[in-house]
This record gives sequence, C-alpha cells and structure tokens, in this order.
Amino acid sequence: MSDTQVYYLAYLVKLLVVFTLAVGLVPILVYAERRVSALMQFRWGPNRVGPFGLLQPFADMVKLLCKEDLVPERASKVLFTIAPALTCIPPFLVMSFIPVAPSFALAGREMKGVVVDSPVGILLLLALSSLTVYGLAIGGWASNSKYSLLGGLRSSAQMISYELAMGVSVLAVLCVAGTLNLTEIVYRQTQFFGFDATSGNWAGWNVFAQPLAFVIFLIAAFAETNRLPFDLPEAESELVGGYHTEYSSMKFSLFFMGEYIGMVGISSVLVALFLGGWHFPGMHALGLQPGTLPFTILGLLVFLAKIGVLLFFFIHVRWTLPRFRYDQLMRIGWKVLLPLALLNVLVTGAVVAGS
Amino acid sequence: MITVVDYYVVASILFAIGALGFLLRKNVLVMFMSVELMLNSANLVLVASAKSFDLARGSAFALVSVAVAAAEVGVGLAIIIALFRLKATVDAEEITNLRG
Amino acid sequence: MEVLERVAFYVMAVIAVASALLVVVNRNPVASAMSLVGTFLAVAGLYLTLNATFLSAIQVLVYAGAIMVLFLFVIMLLNLEREPFDLPGFGRIAGFALSVVLLFSLISLALNATARPETSARGGSGAEIGDVFFSDYLFPFEMASLLLLVAMVGVIVVARRRKPEEEEEGEA
Repeated sequence: MSDTQVYYLAYLVKLLVVFTLAVGLVPILVYAERRVSALMQFRWGPNRVGPFGLLQPFADMVKLLCKEDLVPERASKVLFTIAPALTCIPPFLVMSFIPVAPSFALAGREMKGVVVDSPVGILLLLALSSLTVYGLAIGGWASNSKYSLLGGLRSSAQMISYELAMGVSVLAVLCVAGTLNLTEIVYRQTQFFGFDATSGNWAGWNVFAQPLAFVIFLIAAFAETNRLPFDLPEAESELVGGYHTEYSSMKFSLFFMGEYIGMVGISSVLVALFLGGWHFPGMHALGLQPGTLPFTILGLLVFLAKIGVLLFFFIHVRWTLPRFRYDQLMRIGWKVLLPLALLNVLVTGAVVAGS
Repeated sequence: MITVVDYYVVASILFAIGALGFLLRKNVLVMFMSVELMLNSANLVLVASAKSFDLARGSAFALVSVAVAAAEVGVGLAIIIALFRLKATVDAEEITNLRG
Repeated sequence: MEVLERVAFYVMAVIAVASALLVVVNRNPVASAMSLVGTFLAVAGLYLTLNATFLSAIQVLVYAGAIMVLFLFVIMLLNLEREPFDLPGFGRIAGFALSVVLLFSLISLALNATARPETSARGGSGAEIGDVFFSDYLFPFEMASLLLLVAMVGVIVVARRRKPEEEEEGEA
C-alpha cells in the first residue's frame, strides 16, 4: 500500500471512531440514566436482562422496533416522517467538527484528530445546534395534535431564546482565543497550565479564564438539548409527551436517540471550548511523544472521560431539579442569561483590548 | 470552468422565483418568504462579483444586508401578528382597508 | 479538484432552485418554510464554492438558525391551514407573465456579462472581514447595529398587546 492509501484508510478509521463514539454512547447513556436515577431514588433500576441489566437498552430497542409504526390520520405524512430524522442529523454533524484527540504523524503527513477542520468551526457548530429545533417543531406541527403543537411551539421559542445567550457566551471565549478554528482553540488551552509569570495571568483551560461564560453556556446547553429543568417541549405532566406524543416505534426511537446524541454533542462542545479538550495538566510530562499514535489515543481517552463526567452531571441534574414554568424559562433566558453574557463580553473585550 | 456568469444565472432564477411567489401567493407569510428569497439571490450576486475584486469587502457588504434582513424579518413578522389579531386572516386580498 | 468544484456547484444550484420552486408551489405554509430552509442551506453551499467561508456559516446561523425558526414559530402560532386552491384570475396570470419576463431579461443580462479573472485581493475569512469592518466600514457597521436595536424596540412595540393587564407576552 502506498502512503496515500494508508492515509485515506486511516481517515476512514477516524470517521468510524468518531461516529461510533456518537452512536455507541447512546445505549450506555440510556442504561446509565436509568441506573443512576434508580440509585438516587433508592430503587434497583433495570437489573434483569443480562449481568447488572446491561443488555436492557438492546431489549428496549428490539421492543421499539417491533411496535406498530402509527401515522395519525390527519397528519401531513411527509413532514411527519422526516421530522425524527431532522432531530438526529445535526448532532451527528456536530461531532464531525469536534477535535476529539491531538493530531499525529502518519505516512509523512499530519493526521488531525478532527473529521472536518473548518476555519469557522465554532460558527458552524452553533448553526448546526440551532438546526435541531426544526425536527421538534415540524414533528409537533405535523402530528396534528394540540399537545404536539404546543410542544413544537415551545421548543422553537425556547431554542431562539437560549441560542442567543449561548452564542454571546461563546463570543467571550472567542475574544480570549482569538480564532474561530476549534482545533486552534483546543491547542491554545493545552500549551500552558497554571499561573503564567511572564504575562501575569492564568493560562490554560478556558473555564478558568471565562467561568461566567462557562456557566451560561452550560445552562443554555440544558435548554438546547431539552433536558430537565428545561424540558418544556415534552413536559410529560403538562403535554402528555409534547412534540413526540403521536410518535411510535422507530420514529419515536429516533427522537429519543436524537436527544441523547444531542447531549453527547453539546458535552463535546463544552469540553472542547472550556475544559481543554483532550488535555489534562501534566499530560506532556508523562513521557509520551506528542504527535505519535499513543499520545493521540491517550488524548482520546481523556476526552471521553471528560464527556463522561459532563454526561453524568446532565443525568444528575435531571433527577434533582424540578421543571421550570414557561414564563420563568423565558425570564431567565432574556432577563438574566443574555444581559450577563453581554456584560461578560464587554468586560472580556475591555481586558483583551487593554492588555 | 464555473465562472461568475453561472452564479448570475442561478441568482436570476432564484430572483424570478421569488418574484413569482410574491405576485402569485395570497398568504402574507409566504409572500414575505419570497421577498427573503429575492434578497438572498441579490446577496449571491454580490458575493460572486466580489470574487473578482475583493472578497472580504463583498462579504462585509453581504453581512450588512443579512443584518438588515434579520431586522426586517423581526419587524415584518411583528406586523403580521398584529394584523392577524386585528383581522384574523393572513390573506393579502382580504386586507384592503387602509384604516385599522 | 476542478471536476469536484463543478459537481458541488451544480448540486447546490439545483437544490437551491428546486426548493425555491417548492416554496412557491406548496400550499402548506410550514412546508414552504422548510423548503426555504433548504434553499438557504444550498445558497450557503454556493458561498462555500466561492470560498466565502465566514459568510456561509453566517448564512446558516442567521437565516436557517434564526430567521426561519421565527417564521415557523409565527406560522405555528397563527395555526395556519392549507391555502384553498382557486382558479387563477387576471391578476395572477399577469403576475405569472411578469415574472417570466423578469426571468428572461435577468438571464439575458447575466449571459451578457463577461467574467473577469477571479483575482480577489483578500479572502472571505472572519479575520479579513473583521479588518474591513473595523477600518473602512466602521460607520456602516455601527449603523447596522443601531438598525437592529431600532428593529428590536419596534418589534416589541408593534407585537405587544395593548391591554396593560396582559403584558406577559411580546418577546419571541
């Protein structure tokens, strides 16, 4: 095999790794969600199928696939069918812009730890994460049911409101990083960790430079993925099932998967933007040569561990906090998060311009 | 070889379709969408032409026009909502009064 | 690479035109809105073939991510039904003829244009556009932000309900 062939083969492997990461985490997450919630409520949770109930997600999948695929009589068929796919595709695409590992040399070239290394990566990420709303809104509208319609309506208003705070909080990070390229943003966080005596300020992960932006982004992330305490589009105690009330079988499971892949996606964005990506303090002192395959694999594992911690946090919050009321949700978005994010950008801009 | 002329042709077709939608449809919202389509095709011409001069300047022009479009959509939709409250319709042919 | 560029251009152009037609033809306003999203994404792809990367990201972010969600929100809020089909009257036939004339005159204008060599002084990256905005076009930039502010205030004034006791609505 020539060098070029090796390179493209490795590229394919990379694609596979990133996408299995997105899909493979879903059943694990579903299982973890149920076990953790059971633990928090002094229950057992699923423990019958396989050892420790580990095979429960697969049993659920078989069950969902065997169910009848219902389409409501007066629904608009085309929109009803494409809506679940529309919620699933954007989070998948998000994963392809995330630098999950450091780059390494292969066949005389540099193999990057990201599928698409775009110069405007972070903008595309924001754009993609805002596209998820179409699936929910369209699904809710096409079902021709009042609960679904209300769910879809809520999701579109919620997304627009929180998208704004999220974008503005990222703006402050961009001020600090000075680039729109995600690989570059991650790389700058890994160079130095701790107090920098020459410049006199903290260097390292962006979460230390931008704690307020991190908190705003985190809160907005809950709203963007429709997780409790912001799960108003599906709010089962008010709207039956919200936007997916009329869905069953595979279409329902696509919505379900979309939510979990969305969680994986938004956690990856958080890790890459604020938590140093694949880096941990002292990583370069371990003796592994940067730019080689073992270093890359170590980076990937660190990245996975960080996502895991965030996902656990997501699950923990879901089973701890009650749901907000709709007017409270809007008030937090517009009157608290957005002004705070704007203030943060103002201060950051002044500091960056001053130094 | 794809030249600027090809982009002009695509933009022309999009503009004509937008005009068609604006002239034929009666739903105010769809008419508004057609206007957005025409605006977008104009942007396409701007950026395609900028390729031969200064792409950064052309993009800056287009960005300002995107900002204008965003402002316009906000105001336009607010007017449509106010209109719907008043008349309970979005049919352009039924909105004939000048007085509210 | 040359072939790839051509293919990308034609695919994007065909998607843009086809979904633009769907916007006009569909009688269901939600389907129209979704087709328009398709057109905007395809135009963003066309910007990419022009190397205007920043603008293409902004196109997706602003048009597909914000403007069309707002459209969809309003359509769903008003709960619009399908438009009934009625026979075209004189006005609509005239409108159709007018847009056909417009199409042919625009295309003939476009075909008469001579392509200059594509030698752009600067590229379309974020940094270069920022340079332009904060040197030569500072005034238009500030005006654009002022325009957005005015629009924001205007929207709240227009869409707010008049009765003071029902003021918990207005943003969105």
